[in-house]
Amino acid sequence: MAMADSTVTPANADAGEQSLARSVSPTRRHNRVHRQRLRAAWMFLIPMLVVLAAVAGWPLMRTIWFSFTDASFSDISNYSMIGFENYLVYDNGAWYGVLADPSWWRAVWNTLFFTVVSVGAETVLGLIIALTLNAQFRGRGWIRAATLIPWAIPTIVSAKMWGWMLHDQFGIINDLLMTLGVIAEPLNWTANADLSMWAVIMVDVWKTTPFMALLTLAALQMLPSDCYEAAKVDGIHPVRVFFRVTLPLIYPALMVAIIFRILDALRVFDVIYVLTSNSEDTMSMSVYARQQLVEFQDVGYGSAASTVLFLIIALLTITYLYLGRKQFGGDA
Amino acid sequence: MNRKLLRKIAVKTGFGLLLTAIMLFTVFPFYYAIVTSFKSGSELFSIDYWITSFNLENYQAVLGQGSFVTSIWNSVVVSTSAVAIAMLFGLTAAYALGRVQFRGRGTVLMIVLGVSMFPQVAVLSGLFEVIRAFNLYNDPLSLVFSYTIFTLPFTVWILTTFMRQLPKELEEAAIVDGASPVVTLFKVFLPLMGPAMATTGLLAFIAAWNEFLFALTFTLTDDQRTVPVAIALITGGSQHELPWGHLMAASVIVTVPLVVLVLIFQRRIVSGLTAGAVKG
Repeated sequence: MAMADSTVTPANADAGEQSLARSVSPTRRHNRVHRQRLRAAWMFLIPMLVVLAAVAGWPLMRTIWFSFTDASFSDISNYSMIGFENYLVYDNGAWYGVLADPSWWRAVWNTLFFTVVSVGAETVLGLIIALTLNAQFRGRGWIRAATLIPWAIPTIVSAKMWGWMLHDQFGIINDLLMTLGVIAEPLNWTANADLSMWAVIMVDVWKTTPFMALLTLAALQMLPSDCYEAAKVDGIHPVRVFFRVTLPLIYPALMVAIIFRILDALRVFDVIYVLTSNSEDTMSMSVYARQQLVEFQDVGYGSAASTVLFLIIALLTITYLYLGRKQFGGDA
Repeated sequence: MNRKLLRKIAVKTGFGLLLTAIMLFTVFPFYYAIVTSFKSGSELFSIDYWITSFNLENYQAVLGQGSFVTSIWNSVVVSTSAVAIAMLFGLTAAYALGRVQFRGRGTVLMIVLGVSMFPQVAVLSGLFEVIRAFNLYNDPLSLVFSYTIFTLPFTVWILTTFMRQLPKELEEAAIVDGASPVVTLFKVFLPLMGPAMATTGLLAFIAAWNEFLFALTFTLTDDQRTVPVAIALITGGSQHELPWGHLMAASVIVTVPLVVLVLIFQRRIVSGLTAGAVKG
């Protein structure tokens, strides 16, 4: 390895002292190298932290700030402070603000329902697919590659593809269900108030099950084989082995995947916006906030809704980070 | 004996059925989009499970629109630049986080992970103000800037994981030779990080290529849009008669490159995804 002392790192400025240091005490030299590395580490980190502050930290603070103003989308620089009025205000015998808006609470409920049902279904289906792919058979690589396809397809495109398959008159799903005799007449999946949320969940489950399946599969493949051999020798039923051995062993990895998916599902926007537009029946918190912000041009009110959504997700993330801290902070 | 054989056959058939079901579940919607994209006119309204006609009319119509081609180009430029920026800042940060022990390392990692879990809508109005201030509204550059919010934390996180797996001896040798951290990073580690960077870059590229909310909000005219927004906004004569043939052709056009990439790099993608999540 050639020595390249032409770099601007301050510690390299005096190469003479460096060669001297080799003959002096090893601890002193070690300390100096360590200090040099520390300084370099922060030099390397600062640009990244500055970018994150510019693109995430500052905008987030501005959003929270705007939530206390009456700013509008068309002229965002002209506003006045109105306190908590966007959140909750009592005026002329009635409550106003995000927290008093039944549509907002509907959006909260929709988001929670969507999150619980779709993440639940994805976990179970992902587990089934992972267990299947964990078996040895010919062509396993191909099937594993195929399961990546839904994951790679843009959400917008998958929403449109499913929108076509779920079309009320010409959709293949209605055709299939009618041929099988499950339904008597075509269903209007995306417009019917009782069905549209299920249509959204269907698309999301299709799109994100591969992610769950692959993470679960990775966990399965790291399991030690000796407990399975022991179980086989003892003649224990495979189902029992699954619940008593496999599930507890992959539980930590599975939980991480589930938490990732939950945090992702809580901010859902694309699939709902494209499949059912701004319909009240499926509107999520993100769709609600964006509608207020952009379509109704009410930056103050929309920011208030965004802030509440942020607080919900932040609370969950902090809980998760707190619980998982030992996992990645400990070995520092 | 006979019973055992029967049972074996039953298990095999069951497993085969399960595999078929998994294949159908994952591939059918994409396959059906391809089938539809080759149909034109009234053929669209007959439901077929197989390719019955091979008509490139939809593709010609979609690619004939200058704005769709422009939006593909916009998507390529935006995603590539966003990934390049994230890689540059991510690699240096990952070296610091993965190889150097220092106080506050856990905090920095938590900030990075925290940002990657931000709901995008929470920064929408703040980012909009920044973009307005820099006069970038309705300019794909605004997307390059805003996409860093998810490509950068993701890149830092995954590259840190990979960086930690590199052998310690290499770095010790470099230190003994008197190489500075900058030299160690770019001369010793960078050549070894190739595969990891390819994986991370690919995943970040897919995320940027698929992004919708920022692209929908920060661009306004057809010639500035990215592909997802262009597809979402394809409309027909009225709201109730979408040009499904065109839509499916456009969908296939933007998806095929991704599917090809995924099939080629599937092993890498799986290792990248698991490095990002299992470790976190």
